[in-house]
Amino acid sequence: MQTLLRTPLYDRHLALGARLVPFAGWEMPVQYEGVIPEHRAVRTDAGAFDVSHMGELEVEGPRARELLQSLLSNDLDRIGPGQAQYTLLTNEQGGIVDDLIVYEREPDRFLLIVNASNREPDFEWLRERELPESEVRDVSDDHALIAVQGPRALERLGLPEAPAFTFAGGVIDGIECVVNRTGYTGEEGVELLVDSERAAELWDRVLDRGVAPCGLGARDTLRLEVCYPLHGNEISPETDAISAGLGWVCALDRQFTGVDPLRRIKENGPERRLVAFVMDEGGIPRQGMAIAEGGEVTSGSHSPMLEVGIGLGYVPAELAQPGSELTIDVRGRARRARVVKKPIYSREET
Amino acid sequence: MAAESYPDDLRYHPEHDWARIEDGEATFGITWFAQDSLGELVHFEPPEEGATISAGQSYAEVESVKAVSDVIAPLSGEVLEVNRAVVDAPETVNDEPYGAGWLVRVRLTEPAEADGLLDVEAYKRQLAEE
Repeated sequence: MQTLLRTPLYDRHLALGARLVPFAGWEMPVQYEGVIPEHRAVRTDAGAFDVSHMGELEVEGPRARELLQSLLSNDLDRIGPGQAQYTLLTNEQGGIVDDLIVYEREPDRFLLIVNASNREPDFEWLRERELPESEVRDVSDDHALIAVQGPRALERLGLPEAPAFTFAGGVIDGIECVVNRTGYTGEEGVELLVDSERAAELWDRVLDRGVAPCGLGARDTLRLEVCYPLHGNEISPETDAISAGLGWVCALDRQFTGVDPLRRIKENGPERRLVAFVMDEGGIPRQGMAIAEGGEVTSGSHSPMLEVGIGLGYVPAELAQPGSELTIDVRGRARRARVVKKPIYSREET
Repeated sequence: MAAESYPDDLRYHPEHDWARIEDGEATFGITWFAQDSLGELVHFEPPEEGATISAGQSYAEVESVKAVSDVIAPLSGEVLEVNRAVVDAPETVNDEPYGAGWLVRVRLTEPAEADGLLDVEAYKRQLAEE
């Protein structure tokens, strides 16, 4: 039996009565009070997530920027120190090794926050391609990461407003951390990078400020409502960014790994595209279900805000426009669904 | 959500289903333990009224945000009625698993099967062992 890893907040999750599940080799809280109330807390107020299982890789040195520019799809020259960028680590075929956020600490010092399940493959990928004057380190164990998300997140933490995709050192109730204005919920919020030893204390202070503890269950429904891809579901080393609707993070005018196949797909138009859909009949779509018109569901669940089954999936490109009718095979039952504009949920429409 | 309870006038199936048997008919539902394991229900996929269902076989599905689960028939019979209130508001099962959250009413075709079900004490012993 494989031993599951535990984050520095493990004891806190137990004390809060969380339901713990294995996730990417970690024992993580899937819910505390329940997925639906936690989801709604993030949409209406603020919720805190332990995302310490995510990996942190440091890339440093005079040629660190050059290394990252050759491996990542987005253009690092669009950001400066104190800024962050969503980007893709691509393979030679234009497939997605991982999606990640790169933080420029200094012009020659970067932090990459990567998916838990890809921490080792990413690290190996970067190490194998290291340049003489660039150094790649896995610093994941030094840090915990606490995401605090929701329309009242900054107010509850007593933090000043800051533009999305920026970061700065901050102090919350005497505890130093790096405050990243990033997240995975579609709400305003922060991700707090803190020394592992002080993580439990910071978690306690955050909850004392009236923020609801939230598990990975709500994290998944929140990201699905706003159509953020999940690596392993929507995107993988076998899927390309253009078909996945991630062309906006690919600077195709630059040279990076896999740029040529991506240019070809962009020019010819992808054969299939990742779309968002809403069920028109009862039933909840789930990952792996067939779409009768071609393709399959990559993620599906119940939307706590819209109270209907929603999903993401690949369909033939000619069916990608909003309004197209789809038929989902829900365990042998044909159920109607309709392609909608992304995101599926946004506050303005409710 | 309801507090944990297991009424003593019901018969139980090891797959966490209950039956309330009266005069050759029975009402079926899922136990407090089953709804607690699943979390808040967001979908109930019922059988057709008139369908024949068999003891030990799946006759419906219940779904929470995270998971779908087959519902096992404790006894064989013909479905007389589906609880539309649960189709419209599946969380009724979480609120009242033995009352308003019943799932189907059935005309029993093999009433003697009831002898094979658990009484409340036997079901509680099973839960204690899980």
